[in-house]
Amino acid sequence: MDVLGILIPVSLFLGGVGLAAFFWMLKRGQFDDPDGDAHRILRDDYDDAPKD
Amino acid sequence: MSATYEHPGPAACPACAGAPAAEALAELPRNGRLMLSLPAIHCAGCISGVERALMAVPGVQDARVNLTLKRAAVQADRSVTAVDLVEVLERAGYEAHELDPGVLATTDSDRRGRDLLMRLAVAFFAMMNVMLLSVAVWSGAEGSTRDMMHWISAAIAIPAVIFCGRPFYVSAWSALRVRRLNMDVPITLAILLAVGTSLYETMHSGKHAYFDAAIALCFFLLAGRYLDYRTRASARSAAQELAALEVPRALRLRDGREETVSVSELSPGDIVRVKPGGRIPVDGRVTDGASEIDRALMTGESLPAYAGPGSVVSAGEVNLTGPLMVEVTAAGEDTALHRIADLVAVAEAGRNNYTSLADQAAKLYAPGVHILSVLAAIGWWIYTQDLRVSLNIAAAVLIITCPCALGLAVPAVTTAASGRLFRKGMLIKDGTAMERLAEVDTVIFDKTGTLTLGAPQPVGLDRHPAEAMRVALGLAMASAHPLAEALSKALRDRGVRPAKLDDLREVPGYGVEARWHEQPVRLGRAGWVGAEPPDITATFLQIGSADALPLTFTDSLRPGAAETVQALKAQGKRIVLISGDTKGAVSSFAAEIGIDEVIAEALPAEKAGFVAGLAAEGARVLMVGDGLNDTAALAAAHVSISPASALDASRAASDMVLLGRDLSPIADAVRISVVARKRISENFTLATVYNVLAVPFAIAGLATPLIAALAMSASSLTVSLNALRLK
Repeated sequence: MDVLGILIPVSLFLGGVGLAAFFWMLKRGQFDDPDGDAHRILRDDYDDAPKD
Repeated sequence: MSATYEHPGPAACPACAGAPAAEALAELPRNGRLMLSLPAIHCAGCISGVERALMAVPGVQDARVNLTLKRAAVQADRSVTAVDLVEVLERAGYEAHELDPGVLATTDSDRRGRDLLMRLAVAFFAMMNVMLLSVAVWSGAEGSTRDMMHWISAAIAIPAVIFCGRPFYVSAWSALRVRRLNMDVPITLAILLAVGTSLYETMHSGKHAYFDAAIALCFFLLAGRYLDYRTRASARSAAQELAALEVPRALRLRDGREETVSVSELSPGDIVRVKPGGRIPVDGRVTDGASEIDRALMTGESLPAYAGPGSVVSAGEVNLTGPLMVEVTAAGEDTALHRIADLVAVAEAGRNNYTSLADQAAKLYAPGVHILSVLAAIGWWIYTQDLRVSLNIAAAVLIITCPCALGLAVPAVTTAASGRLFRKGMLIKDGTAMERLAEVDTVIFDKTGTLTLGAPQPVGLDRHPAEAMRVALGLAMASAHPLAEALSKALRDRGVRPAKLDDLREVPGYGVEARWHEQPVRLGRAGWVGAEPPDITATFLQIGSADALPLTFTDSLRPGAAETVQALKAQGKRIVLISGDTKGAVSSFAAEIGIDEVIAEALPAEKAGFVAGLAAEGARVLMVGDGLNDTAALAAAHVSISPASALDASRAASDMVLLGRDLSPIADAVRISVVARKRISENFTLATVYNVLAVPFAIAGLATPLIAALAMSASSLTVSLNALRLK
């Protein structure tokens, strides 16, 4: 059961990383246009360099 | 809409420095940021097409389409106006409307949405971790391991619950303060009681802790809240954008000088100048100039009326041909336009009394749950004399009966349904509009501007001599009058070449005259050329001293209008056409489109009265209209729809706005709303069934945290999946 002492903090840490990543995405406005982004991926206009 | 987006620097126009619109413009970046509404875009091709078309315009630095909001943001030089861009897009085949970027600064509502999403994410994180730890307990962890799991769960769940549940606590507290019960009171109680008893159990090495249930409750309810919020916010912000398109300004003449002032600064006795093509900002009397005015939005008349010195004009009418000087008799709040807006406010107050299905459910639910859990607690207290046991039972009952499914039942369906409608080009402004639309049995259409585009088309041109048509084209090309423009476009489309005319001049208010082969020719009003005024839209061509030749017009049908009427008929709705236009024009139109019940020459009050009369007979009326004369009727109806081209007062009065030119989303909306209502009641049934099955376990004291978690997740999932079935 000692392994729990490592596994629980690790799982919490990884979850926390996911949460932080989500906050970052939210602040960067990556959820502002989900429909458009889903379609933009199909175009070849922006292939060379991303444009924001 | 006639508003053009100008970029006056604050110094360029001292007179309007105090106007709110000018302040908003002054805060804009140096390069203008323009916003366009694109109701018809739907795919990757549209995004590329629109962006490429916009980028090709000289002066445009950047253009970005947002497909979710169906909008484009354009960064451009000041010389580029939104009107130019709209034209460019129309030529490229995309329908576009201008939006006021000043009003788009709705960051406040965005912040609320982001806040909810943040809490939702934290709740999800906490729920997943606590659930993970709980699985260990459910699968048989004993003794100190179980206690450790419970303690870690508590360490995660307690701060998370405090942070995530804030919206519920605030709402519950504000309800309790005025001695009312809302849905959030049992929610708050369930969360607090669950966390409290679990903490107590954990301290005393108890077997059951409900931390996972408390945080899962938060998560599911926040999900419902967020969906609900997003539907409302996107509709509201878009409706605001549409509403604030027109900046009320007027050109005032003072000491021989013209100055731009806001309409609120005008007072009776002032003289304002109304340019051709401009909307009249005040009620008044014409002192100078002659023109024709379009009253379609005010009265529904499709024929422009003559205006000369002494004519009375009202705010909202459009000046067509010549400049007019108008002496103000009433401005701002005293105008006819404003009085109609007041009528709307009164009618809207009545409609706000509508109780939605969710409210009805909450009214039954909140007291029921409290009574149930108190009874369970009292029963166990009498039976065992153990406060700890009875509180545990009360907590279990509150958790099991948690309104997760109820909280998701309505928002999940309305989100799905309004998303579908938005994709079809229809905006829902009011939260309960969809429910009300499902109950509709009578549909009332306005004619001009609603079933028709409000743009006249000449008919029977082939009957006239070719020579006359060449003269007509030559004359029509000299005028910006809508009839003349329609005529010249139709003739050019037929390959007619204009006759060579001399001394061409427009006589504002009357028509155009010129000389052709040494004889005078005129194109204009009946009275001007000595003809009888007809009862349908027409203009007259007179060559020399011969009898005037009538050129008749018909209003072109809005796309999808006939299909919509047919589809609604097929759904068994009673359909009525009501218009301020003349009998002849209305009845021939009704026959063409297939409507049997017709009311012509209706005044605004009569329209509203007719709607109210139907409502008194028990009919549920859907009113579709665009004009100011429809506004009172729109507000009086059970539910109302207006096209985006409608006056802002009409859009404000209606529950839904059609973003595109096409009317066909109306029939879809009625169908979808009926299905949505069915799904909502199915969801309520599902949620109730889960509760009825699980509550006996809770009251009997057999509910374990595992059963609570299963019941909660299963009911929330079924309800959400059922909502997604909406087609």
